[in-house]
Amino acid sequence: MNTLPLIFLLCSEITIAALTIYFFVKVLKSKKNEE
Amino acid sequence: MSTNQEGWGSRVGLILAMAGNAVGLGNFLRFPVQAVQNGGGAFIIPYLVCFLLMGIPLLWVEWGIGRFGGVSGNHSTPFIMDSMDRRRIWKYVGVFGIFSNIVIAAYYCYIESWTMSYVYHSVAGTFTNMSQNDVSNFFTNYLDISTSTTGIPFEAVIFFVFCIALNTWVLSKGLSGGIEKAAKIGVPLLIIFGVFLAIKAVTLKQGQEGAINDGFVGLNFLWTPQYDSLANPKVWLAAAGQIFFTLSVGMGSIQCYASYLKKKDDVALNAMSAGWMNEFVEVVLGSSILIPIAIGYFGIDKVVEMVQHGGLGLGFRSLPYLFNQWGHIFGAIAGVAFFGLLFFAGITSSLAMGTPVMGFLQDEYKWKRGSSALAFGVIILILGLPTVFFFQQGVFDEYDYWAGTVALVIFAMLEVILFSWIFGMEKGWSEITRGADIKIPIAYKFILKFVTPVMLIIVFFGSLIRPAKDDWSTFGTSEWELHSESILGQLTHKGIGPNKDYFADEFYSEVNGIVSNINVEKNGFIEITDKMNPSVITNYQINECVPIVKVGDEINIEQSIYKGSVINKVFYIDMARLLLLALFLTISILVYIAYIKRKKINPKFLL
Repeated sequence: MNTLPLIFLLCSEITIAALTIYFFVKVLKSKKNEE
Repeated sequence: MSTNQEGWGSRVGLILAMAGNAVGLGNFLRFPVQAVQNGGGAFIIPYLVCFLLMGIPLLWVEWGIGRFGGVSGNHSTPFIMDSMDRRRIWKYVGVFGIFSNIVIAAYYCYIESWTMSYVYHSVAGTFTNMSQNDVSNFFTNYLDISTSTTGIPFEAVIFFVFCIALNTWVLSKGLSGGIEKAAKIGVPLLIIFGVFLAIKAVTLKQGQEGAINDGFVGLNFLWTPQYDSLANPKVWLAAAGQIFFTLSVGMGSIQCYASYLKKKDDVALNAMSAGWMNEFVEVVLGSSILIPIAIGYFGIDKVVEMVQHGGLGLGFRSLPYLFNQWGHIFGAIAGVAFFGLLFFAGITSSLAMGTPVMGFLQDEYKWKRGSSALAFGVIILILGLPTVFFFQQGVFDEYDYWAGTVALVIFAMLEVILFSWIFGMEKGWSEITRGADIKIPIAYKFILKFVTPVMLIIVFFGSLIRPAKDDWSTFGTSEWELHSESILGQLTHKGIGPNKDYFADEFYSEVNGIVSNINVEKNGFIEITDKMNPSVITNYQINECVPIVKVGDEINIEQSIYKGSVINKVFYIDMARLLLLALFLTISILVYIAYIKRKKINPKFLL
C-alpha cells in the first residue's frame, strides 16, 4: 500500500477507534451507569 | 397527560440502541461508494468536518430536545417541539418526525427483508456454483416478484411481511424488553461479523481463491486522496448528506429515544458515545469490506463503473458470487456474516423508526403498546407494498428521495433554528449540559448558534438548486441548468425523458444504442446495448405490448420501440408523491385532533 493512503487510513481509523473506545469506557466507568 | 410508562433498562442498553439506530445499511453499502465517488481518502476530510460541525451538534440538539420533551410527557416530535415554543407551526413541523419514520421504515424494511432472504439463500447454498451473471439475475428475478427463486410464490412479499411482523413483535415488547434486548444482541454481533469480514477482505491475496488483486489494492484506491475534490461543492454536499444518513439525524427517532430519559440523565456523553460508535462501524469496518473485496476480484475500473449505480447493486448482485470463491462452506459463512450484519444493522434502525409513531399514539390517543406496534406494522405494510410491487417503476426511489433525503434536511434545519434561536441558546445550552458526564467545549455554543444552522441552510439550498453535472461554476449565469436530482429538478420532472404522459399508445427509447435482445413471452423485454460501452445495457419491460424494432436495429433517444397500452413511469412517480403528501396531511390532521383534545382537557394548554 502506498504511503499517503496508508497515513490517511491509519490516522482516520486509529483516531476514530480510540475516541469510540474512550467514550464507551467513560460511559462504563460513570457512576450513573446503573444496570 | 401521557400514560406512557416506557423506560430504558440500562445506560449501555440505551447507547447500543442509539448506536443501532444510527448504524444502518448505509454504513456498509453507501459510505464506501460515496468515498469512491468523491475523492477517495480526501472525502474523509469534509466528512469529518461535517461530523464535527453538523453531526455532533445535531446529536446533542436531538438528545437535548428529546429529554426536554420527555420530562413533560411528550414522546414524539410534534408535541416535543410544541413544548419548546407555543407557536402553532412547530407541532406541524414536528409532523416530519413521524412522517419520515413511517415512510423510511416502509421501504427500509423491504431492503431488510432482502438481507433475511440472502442469509437464507447463503445457508441453503443457492449461490453455490452460480456465475456472477447468475447471481445478478437472481437479484433481478427476486425484485420481479412474480418470479420465485425458491419455488415459494411471491417470495419477496413473504419475506417483506415476515420482516415487518418481526419488527412489530419486537416493538410490542417495549423499550427495555424489546428494542434494548435486540440492540444488545444485534450491535455486538454486527461488529463481530464486520471485523471477521474486514480481516478476510484486507488479507485477500492476489492469485489465491481467484482474486486478481490483494485486498490492500482496494484500500489503497479508497484512501488515495484527490485534493482537488476538496474544492468541489459536490463533495462537501455529499459528505454532509452522508452524515445525515449515517447518524439518523433529522428523523425524529433520536428525540423519541431520548424522551425516555430522566431530567438529570446525561445526554452529552451518551450522544458522543453512540455517535462515535457509528463512525467506527462506518469508517473502520464499512470501508474495509465491500470495496476491498470487490476490487480484489473485479479490479478498479469495473468497480468504479459498478458503483455508479450505488452500493445496493454491488452488495446484492456481486458479493454472493465473490464469497463463493472462498469455497462452499467458508462462502456460506461469509454470506451469513455479511447479510447477517446488514440485517442487524437494518433491524436496529427500523425498530427506532417505530418508536415515534408508537409514542404519538400512546401519548395522544392512549393506545396500548401492543396496539400501537400493530398499527405501525399495518401502516408500513400498506405503504411499503407499492415499493415492492412497483420497485422497477421508481416508487422505492421516490420514497427514499422525499422522506429519506429531503425531509431529513428540512426537519434538521428547522429544529436547529428552533433550538438555537427560538427556544434560545442559553436555555438550549443548559439542556445539553445538564447532568453531563463530559465537559462540552464552549466553542460549541457558537457552532450551535451560527455554524450548524448556516451549514444546514447551505445543504438545503444546495439540494434545492443543485446544477446539472454538479458544475457550480455556472452559478448565477444563464448557463445554469438544474440537476435532475435537485429538489426543483425533481418537482419539474427533469430527467424524466421522452415518456412524459401517464398513459400512451407507444413507448419511446430513453437511450441510444443497438437492440441486443427481444423477448415477447411472459415478462417480455427489449434490451438495448450502448454502442460505446457494451456493458451498459438498458432493459425495457414490454408487458404484452408489441415491439416495432428488431434485434440489431440502431435506436436513438425518443424513437418509438413498442406499441400498445403503456403506463409510463411518471404515473407511478406522481402517484407515489400523492401518497406521501396524503400521509403527511393525515398525520397533520391527527396532530390537530390531538391538540384539540389536549385543549379540552387543559384549556391553559394554549397559553
